[in-house]
This record gives sequence, C-alpha cells and structure tokens, in this order.
Amino acid sequence: MLEVREISKTFHPGTANEKTALSNLSLRLEPGEFVTVIGSNGAGKSTLLNAIAGSFYVDAGSIRLGGQTITYLPEYRRSRVIGRLFQDPLKGTAPTMTIEENLALAYLRASKGKAALSRISKGDRAFFQDKLRLLGMGLEERMRQPVGLLSGGQRQALTLLMATLTPPQILLLDEHTAALDPAAAEQVLALTRTVVEGEGITCLMVTHNMSQALRMGSRTLMMADGKIVLDVKGAERAAMSVDDLLRRFKAGTGRELDNDRMLLSDE
Amino acid sequence: MLLISQTALELGFLYALVAMALFLSYRILDIADLTTDGCFVLGGAVSVTLAAAGHPILAIPAAMAAGACAGFVTAFLQTRLGVPSILAGIVTNTGLYTVNLMVMGWRSNASLLGVDTVFLLLEDGLEAIGLGGKWNGILLAGLVTALMGGLLYRFLGTRLGLSIRATGDNRDMVRASSINPARTITVGLCISNALTALSGGMVGQYQRTMDINSGTGVVVIGLACLIIGETVLGRRAVWKGVVAAVVGSVIYRFLYAVVFYTNAVPVECLKLLTAAIVGLAIAAPTIKHYLAFQRRKAASRKEEG
Repeated sequence: MLEVREISKTFHPGTANEKTALSNLSLRLEPGEFVTVIGSNGAGKSTLLNAIAGSFYVDAGSIRLGGQTITYLPEYRRSRVIGRLFQDPLKGTAPTMTIEENLALAYLRASKGKAALSRISKGDRAFFQDKLRLLGMGLEERMRQPVGLLSGGQRQALTLLMATLTPPQILLLDEHTAALDPAAAEQVLALTRTVVEGEGITCLMVTHNMSQALRMGSRTLMMADGKIVLDVKGAERAAMSVDDLLRRFKAGTGRELDNDRMLLSDE
Repeated sequence: MLLISQTALELGFLYALVAMALFLSYRILDIADLTTDGCFVLGGAVSVTLAAAGHPILAIPAAMAAGACAGFVTAFLQTRLGVPSILAGIVTNTGLYTVNLMVMGWRSNASLLGVDTVFLLLEDGLEAIGLGGKWNGILLAGLVTALMGGLLYRFLGTRLGLSIRATGDNRDMVRASSINPARTITVGLCISNALTALSGGMVGQYQRTMDINSGTGVVVIGLACLIIGETVLGRRAVWKGVVAAVVGSVIYRFLYAVVFYTNAVPVECLKLLTAAIVGLAIAAPTIKHYLAFQRRKAASRKEEG
C-alpha cells in the first residue's frame, strides 16, 4: 500500500539550525496494516508523517501510495487519498462553519468530478446523520451548529469521522489524543480502533504512550535520529512489554529513550 | 427629505455591492484586498466607455469581467508568486491607475451625455407600459443588489463556496484536506472584484461620469458599511453578512446625505470621519481587552493597598 524508499530530509541546510530530520528511511506498509510509531523527542516521527502527507517535498528518495508515485505530488492532491489528524483538535475543522458543512467539505474528496456548484443534498444530509450517530455523542442532532461550539474531544472525533468518511488509502494520526483530557482521549482512541479496524484502513499512528503503542494495531515502529531503529510485529510483538521495548531501544541506539511526555505519561 | 431618501437608497444599494465584495474578501477569506479602490474605477471606466459607445447593457458584464481580471492579478501575485496579500493588492491597484486612464482614452474622466444608460433604458421601458416614476433608479439598483446578494449567498453554500469559506476559516484544515487554497483564493478574489467593478459600473452609469480619482477611499467606506451593518444585525450566519452589507451601506448613505444637506459636518471631513469610525470599530476588541486589563491591574493594586 505505502512504500517509502530511502527518503531524507534536512531542515535549514547550511545554517546553524541545520537539522537532519529523516535520514535514508525506508518503510513498507501492507494494505490494512495498523502501525504505531514511538520514539524520542525530535526522532522524526511527525516529519515522517508530514513527508508522506506532502507538507514538504523530501530531499531524496521516493514515496509510493496505492501503486502511484506521489513524491512530487502537491499536498492538496495527496489529501484526496490521505486522511490526517493532528495533535491540536482545532486544526482539523473549520470553527465558524456548521458540523454539516464541515462534513460536506470532507465529502468533497469522494466527489471528485462532481459539479463544484452542487449543494448539500438531502441524501448527503441523511448519510452524514447516520455517520454522526456512530460517534455516540449526539452530534447528529446538532448538524446546523457551528463546530466552534464543540469540545476538543468532540472536534477530534468529528475530524476522525471526516478523515475516514470515504476510506482513505492511508490514515496518518499524529498524537491525535495527546491534547485531550483522559476521558475524551480514551473515547477518541476507542473510536479510532473501531473505525480503522472496522474499515480495514491502512494506518500510521504516532503516540507517546508505550503501552498504547503495543496494545493498538498490529505492528510497532520505533524511531531515533530520523531512522527506524526497531520494527516488530506478530508473535514477537505480542509477547513484548514496555520494559522490553525500552531495552530494545537502548540496544538499538546505545542510549536511553528520552521523551519527556513519554516519561510523564502514567501507563 | 424625499430627495435625501431617494438618493440614499439608490447610492446605498449601488455601493452595497462593494460592501458585499469586502464581506467575501475580508470576512470570509480573511484577506484585506486593497485592489478595491482601483477596481471600482476600472468597473466605472469600462462601463462608461462602453455606454458612450452605445452599449450600456453590455457595459455591465464587461465591467464585471474587467474586475474579475483585476482580482485574478492580485490573487496570482499572492498565491503563485509569494507577494504578501496586502502588497499584492497595492501593486495591482497602482497598476490599475494607468489601465483606467487607458480605458477612458487617456483622459482622467469620462462622461455620458446624450447617450443611453441602463437607468434611462429602464425608465423608457417602464414609461412605455405606463409605469414611469421617480423610483426607477431605486428599483434597478435594488434589483441588481438583491440579485447579486442572493447569488452570493447561494454560491457560498455550494461545494466550491464551502471550500472558499474553509480557506478563510482554518488554513491548517485546508492544508490537510483536498482543497487547493491557491484555487479558492483566486476564485474568491475574482468574484469579489467582479462585484466591486459591478458597483463602479453601475455608479458610473448612474452619475453619468467616472473620474480617475473617484475610487479613493472606496475600500474604507465599504468596510464602514459592512461594520455598520454587522453592528445592527450581528455576525454569525452567512446570510446575515450579505444582508448586513446592504443594510450598512444604505445607513451609511443616509448619514452621508443628511450630513450633505444639513452641513452638520463639512462634507470635506467625511473621509476622515469614516476612517476614524472604521479604525475604531476594528480596534474595538483590542481596546476592550486593554481596558479590562487596566481595571484588573487597578483592582489588584487596591487590594495590596
């Protein structure tokens, strides 16, 4: 499904702030694979997701998605087949527009070729309502309200729904529950699992929570210095504990894992 | 009094199109589009020149097309060439000065004497069926404005319209969705400048003259109208914004007419007054914050006493 080949990215080259964020990184994801990503501060986790999404073009290497080379495809074109959630729940929805209008925007992706001047139809509205009901937050009764009135958790759940309204070829989650309160985070996480596993969506999820990384999905990557230093799945992963992960990280990189948020998280 | 109301309504409706254009560019797209002043004159110049050549009706869509082109240039500068949005408008506006002179045959004004205008055509038409009267001007201005307002409202509910609104509402979201902001900004600015030029085109035929300098301050007056309307109606929904542009514009022209006839304030001072009102209205949230903070500081000083 996704094939990343030897990509590199250096920010601010030739200045004092030069930073190699991705270094000769390769990664292959099979269709329907749900992969969690962990790593220390500045390991390049978000940069990897942004490279796939097209926030910038990589300096070297190539990216293929669903059989198509997307290395130099602009971000908005990739967005037709890539769903994204950010840490900040405010980033995924337009606050002064209604829930219904936000969903209609997300639905645009599926309606490629449909007339630009068409409006939200009755059929669309019923479809949105059915989908909103799945969130179990009562949002289906509030479709005409501006999204700005929703809580962070509700907005993130809505964003998840929008990103998967038409199943994307890959879903990129960048610590999408980190800014939510524990109850909302748990709820959005459960929804993520239902949607991703239910629809068989190929997914790459960055998290700072080690046990979550082992608990969710079918494969775990660990990153350091712009490289993947650990890649486990199957029986090996099933038998792993958080301590095992930390030990393997140290063996792979020769140092302790330092991620302030990771150390502070309670699990 | 009747004359005052009549003029105020006519000009109010005609200039409402500028306020509507600014509603689209400033409120919806969150871009201060300074193309407006030159674009207004461009619309007027095209309209008056074509009307003088005997095509008063064709002159109106032609003015709109010219305005859309001006909007496209501004949009191109900022979306494709990286010129900051305010500067892009100023650059286009400056260039338009020469273009406008060119359109008017290298003269600084053009006028319509003894030729048909859309207003005269309507009057003739209505008289032929026995409905002639003083309200023709208001009728035409009101119809055009209502039509454009309705179209703009309908448009903002379409897929393309929603994309344009999202572009101004949340750039982060737009980056991650399949919307191309360069495209939505371009479409938005073309439409808003077409509206501005339509206003210029209608005003030109209404006053039967267009001067190279008649656009000065149009953007600030348009903003004033929009702000007045929003103060009266509130800001939440899209339809309110469109209606606010019209209501605000009519109120502004009423105030203007009253000032003009009573000489309560010298007419020469009106631009300064308008600028002050717009400046204050846009600064209001900041001033409120500042005052609240000063009160809090004073209160805590008292406590420490």
